[in-house]
Amino acid sequence: MNKNESSKTTDLEARMSQIPDHIWVKCPICKKTFYRRELGPYRECPYCHFGFRIGAKKRIQMICDEFTSVDDDLKAPKRFDDPKYVQKLAKVRKVTGLNEGVLTGIGEIDGQKCGIGVMDWRFIMGSLGTATGERITRLFEKSTEKHLPVVLFTASGGARMQEGISSLMQMAKVSQAVNDHAQHGLLYISVLTDPTTGGVTASFASQGDILLSEPHTLIGFAGRRVIERTIQQIPPKNFQRAETLLKNGFLDKIVNRSEMKSVLAKLLAWN
Amino acid sequence: MTKKISAYDRVLAARSAKKISIKKLVAGICDDFIELHGDRAYGDDPAVYAGIGLIGKQPVTIVSIQKGQDQKQNMARHFGSAEPDGYRKALRLMKQANKFNRPIIALINTPGAYPGVDAEYHGQGYMIAQSLIQGIKLKVPYISIIVGEGGSGGALALAVGDSVWAFENSVYSILSPEGYATILWKDSSRVKEAAAAMKLTPKDLLSMHVIDKIVPEVHDQKSMTQFKDALSHKIDELKQMSVEERLKKRYQRYRNFN
Ligand SMILES: [Zn+2]
Repeated sequence: MNKNESSKTTDLEARMSQIPDHIWVKCPICKKTFYRRELGPYRECPYCHFGFRIGAKKRIQMICDEFTSVDDDLKAPKRFDDPKYVQKLAKVRKVTGLNEGVLTGIGEIDGQKCGIGVMDWRFIMGSLGTATGERITRLFEKSTEKHLPVVLFTASGGARMQEGISSLMQMAKVSQAVNDHAQHGLLYISVLTDPTTGGVTASFASQGDILLSEPHTLIGFAGRRVIERTIQQIPPKNFQRAETLLKNGFLDKIVNRSEMKSVLAKLLAWN
Repeated sequence: MTKKISAYDRVLAARSAKKISIKKLVAGICDDFIELHGDRAYGDDPAVYAGIGLIGKQPVTIVSIQKGQDQKQNMARHFGSAEPDGYRKALRLMKQANKFNRPIIALINTPGAYPGVDAEYHGQGYMIAQSLIQGIKLKVPYISIIVGEGGSGGALALAVGDSVWAFENSVYSILSPEGYATILWKDSSRVKEAAAAMKLTPKDLLSMHVIDKIVPEVHDQKSMTQFKDALSHKIDELKQMSVEERLKKRYQRYRNFN
C-alpha cells in the first residue's frame, strides 16, 4: 500500500536538496558557523566532528554496499487509534518515507554480510513503538536464523508514549531476541547515535558486545529536565555526551562518521 | 464489593503511605529471612532490599525496590528509586539464585529508576539493560509482583520472569500520569484524564496480559497468609515444569507483545 511512498524521494530530502550550499549553518556543539557544503558527504562538523542528525536511509547509504530491507510494511497496530496519534503517524511516514521508526534488513559492509537496523529520529523522536520493537526483534531473529552478526544504529527519545505499556514491553521482547542471538555465539555491534536516551538506552542500545558512538552524541537514561527537577541543580554541561560515557567506561569507542564504515568492517571481519 | 474507583484513585492508592512496607511483606512471606548487601562494584543502594528467605522448606531469593516509611528513609532510598548499584545488587543476587537453583521473587514499589547525575555516570541505562537481558534468561522460577507503583524501565528491570502479578491497589506504566499530561497535552492539571487514558490499572494490565494475576491488597494476617500461599503454589507449579518448558513459555509471554 505504501510501496510508492517509501521508494520515492521523501518530501524532506527533496527540500533539503534545494537548500543552497552557500548558506551558513551553526554547529550545535562547538557553535562555530560554516558553509553547509563544508559538512561534506558525512554531514560532520568540520571543527568538532559532531555528526549532524541524518535519517535512516541516508545512514544505510553511508554504511552499506548492499542492503535489502525487510518488514517495510509493518506498522503500528490498529488498536492505537487515537485520531491525533494516527494523524501524527501519517505525517512522519511522509517525512521519513518509512512506515515505522526503524529501517531493518540484511546488508553488506565491505563484503561482510550482516543484519542491519537504523532507527530514524525523525519518526516521533525515534520513539520505541510496538512495531519498532517488532521490527528489531525480527531483525535479531532473522540474523540468528541466518547465522549473521547484527549492526544496529540507535537514535531515540525513549518510549512511544502514545502506545503506553506496550512500548515498555518492547524492551523485554527485544532483549530476549538479543539474548537468543548472543546465545548462538553471534556478534552484535550497537552504535549509539545522537540522541539515544530512555528505554532504548535501558535496553538493546546497551546490550551489544561492542558499543560504539560518534563524537558528542547525547546518550542517557533520564532526561536532563527530569534530573534538574529531581536534584534541583543544573547538571554539568556534557554529563550525557559520548565522551563522558567513554571516560566512565560505558562505551568501547567513539568513531568519526567518516570512519564508521571501515571500523565496522574490521570488527565484523575479526569476529 | 468495593465501589467503582477511578484510575486516578488507583494511582493515589498505589502511592499511599499506608500501603504495607516491603520489609513487612518479606517478613510475612518468609518464615525466616537474611538480608544481603552490596553490588560488589560500587555500593549498597538502600532502595533495593534483597536477600535469601525460607517459605516453608523452600529457600527463595527475594529482590525488591522499596520506598521509605519516613522522611529520612525516603531521602536515602530516593522515594523508592533505585540507582545503578541497586540494580547491580539485585542482578548479582538473582544470578546467585540461578546458580543455587533458588526461585526468585521480586517485589516492586518504585516510581522509576533514579534520575540523578551520578546515576547517569554509573550507567543507569546500562544496568537496566543488563537486568533485562540477563534476568530474562535465568533458569529458575522468577515471579514479580507490582506492590504499589511500577514505574517504567525501573520496574521492568525486575519484572521479566515467568509470571507478573499486581496488587489490587497498584499501577504499572511507562511514565507517571503527571508526566504524560505534561508531555502529551502540555497541561499537568489533566492528570486524572491521563491516568484513565494510560490503561495503568491492574484490570487494564490483566486484559493486555502485561500481568497474569491481581492479588488482593495485603493488610492483615489473613490476606498475608493468602498471598504467601499463592506464591508457594505458583513456585510449586513452576518447579514442576522442565527448565526448557519454563523458558519456552517465558519467551512466548514477552514475544506476544506485538
Ligand atoms: Zn562542531
